[in-house]
Amino acid sequence: MRTFKDNLLRGLLWFSAFVTVGILLLIVGYIFYKGFRLINFEFIFGDYSPTGGGGIWPMVVTTVYTIAISLVIATPIGILAAVYLQEYAKQGRLVKTIRFATESLTGIPSIIYGLFGAVFFVTTLKLGMSIISASLTLTIIVLPVVIRTTEEALKTVPGAYREGSLALGTTKLQTLIKVILPSSMPGILSGIILSMGRIIGESAAIFLTAGTVAAMPSSIFSSARTLTVHAFLVTQEAGDIELAAAIGIVLIVLILVLNFSATFISKKLNKADY
Amino acid sequence: MTSPPIEKHNIGNGKSNKRKYMLESLSSKLFLLCALLSVLSLLLIVGFVFYRGSHPFIAEGYSFFEFIFGVDWVPGEDKFGIFPMIVASIYATIGSLIIGVPIGLFTAIFLSEIAPKRVAKIISPAVQLLAGIPSVLYGVFGLAIIVPFLQNYLGLAKGQSLLAVIVVLAVMMLPTIVTVAETSIRAVPKTYREGSLALGASEIGTIFKVVVPAAKSGITAAIVLGLGRAIGETMAVILIAGNSLIVPTSLTDSIRPLTTNIALEMGYAAGVHQEMLFATGIVLFSFIMILNFVLAKISARGAN
Repeated sequence: MRTFKDNLLRGLLWFSAFVTVGILLLIVGYIFYKGFRLINFEFIFGDYSPTGGGGIWPMVVTTVYTIAISLVIATPIGILAAVYLQEYAKQGRLVKTIRFATESLTGIPSIIYGLFGAVFFVTTLKLGMSIISASLTLTIIVLPVVIRTTEEALKTVPGAYREGSLALGTTKLQTLIKVILPSSMPGILSGIILSMGRIIGESAAIFLTAGTVAAMPSSIFSSARTLTVHAFLVTQEAGDIELAAAIGIVLIVLILVLNFSATFISKKLNKADY
Repeated sequence: MTSPPIEKHNIGNGKSNKRKYMLESLSSKLFLLCALLSVLSLLLIVGFVFYRGSHPFIAEGYSFFEFIFGVDWVPGEDKFGIFPMIVASIYATIGSLIIGVPIGLFTAIFLSEIAPKRVAKIISPAVQLLAGIPSVLYGVFGLAIIVPFLQNYLGLAKGQSLLAVIVVLAVMMLPTIVTVAETSIRAVPKTYREGSLALGASEIGTIFKVVVPAAKSGITAAIVLGLGRAIGETMAVILIAGNSLIVPTSLTDSIRPLTTNIALEMGYAAGVHQEMLFATGIVLFSFIMILNFVLAKISARGAN
């Protein structure tokens, strides 16, 4: 009886793993199979044409803009916040409140961020449906990611580094800039790269704050669509699965490159450091 | 023990020391300020959404009860009832958990305990990568494969249905659940397994009676994360839900969950209509808070 139950459970474990891997392979395989015919130089670097047959360059540019702007703001704030939490703060109610807020921000669904962005950045601050509104909303979305990964990186710096540096008569700030931050750089960098992935994958919040204009943005104050929003809209409006799958390939390749470079950077820098 | 040289040194650098201390205190204040920004953001988000969303009930005499339990959503006729969407959201979430959690957990257990090392080394990072794929693509896949499949094999007039949403959400939460649960199962100390095996327990018995209970908090976290992804998902769901404003009574009904209601109408809504979308946001928000709370309670009780 016991061996029967064991075998049944073992069979279920194998079965589940096959289902998971099978489905995920099916999804990626389907997207590549359906979209690869559209992929060429003209598709990626060509201007969009509403009548069809055009490229996705405006959406690539919009995506790059949103990544750049939100990271330029979120990275320094996130790193300094993590430095405060790990290196400066005395554990107490204040730190607890900050941690609670950061964790809560992680749990809020992106459509709520979109609602907030639409009323705060778009309407109240009068930035309109624009790349800048979307980027500011995304800044808040990735802030907890940057804070958490930086904190983890700071935790790995051995206490002896701090003590050694302080014993040489440096100030806390000098120790931080010259010793602690450089040795936690790999962790911080991979955190930033992972945030890029998060921004690329985001759709609902951008949909409500950047709008859906399918044209090359003239400035960061114009409304535009990112790759993900474009993939959504061509599917919803035109049912163009092939085009959506081709955009999907671009997105998946981007995510792959980002993930590999995150792993690579953290390995490479770790070696250089020790 | 005289110390004139030191004093001299101090006098010579008094100015730069002062600057150094000022820099120290300034920088620590700057760091604090940055850390407080996340608190400020949370307050702003909650404040703005709740302020806008509660306005119609406080200032304009709309009944909150009718909002929650009303079955008609006709903004043009001033009717705002979100009961069908609440039911749709609950069904879709529970359904996807019923499918996604067991498969995800079993896959995680397989990868960390049963799978040959070489196999796990390929599959684990691959699954992890899939957690980063934009969720819209899961929706595109659902519309292209699952919706026609349901249409053809179940003979539905419209494949976009509660069932399609459940399947796609379950698939979408798999990578998250597998990755987080696998990490926590791997973190269980080897001595637990050795102790149990030494007492004569079988390998499978050890896994389910010793290792999995020991990893319970991580597994709960995995489920909470997967759940959050399912309830909050918007754009993928729009593609496959069908967006009908009815209280779903079967798996084949076309549905409109809370999230999609906001995304579909925010573009053109104004006045009370827009405020009601914020109220929908509040309900969604509370929904997530309650579910997280309940799950935390369940795992705490399990620990006792």
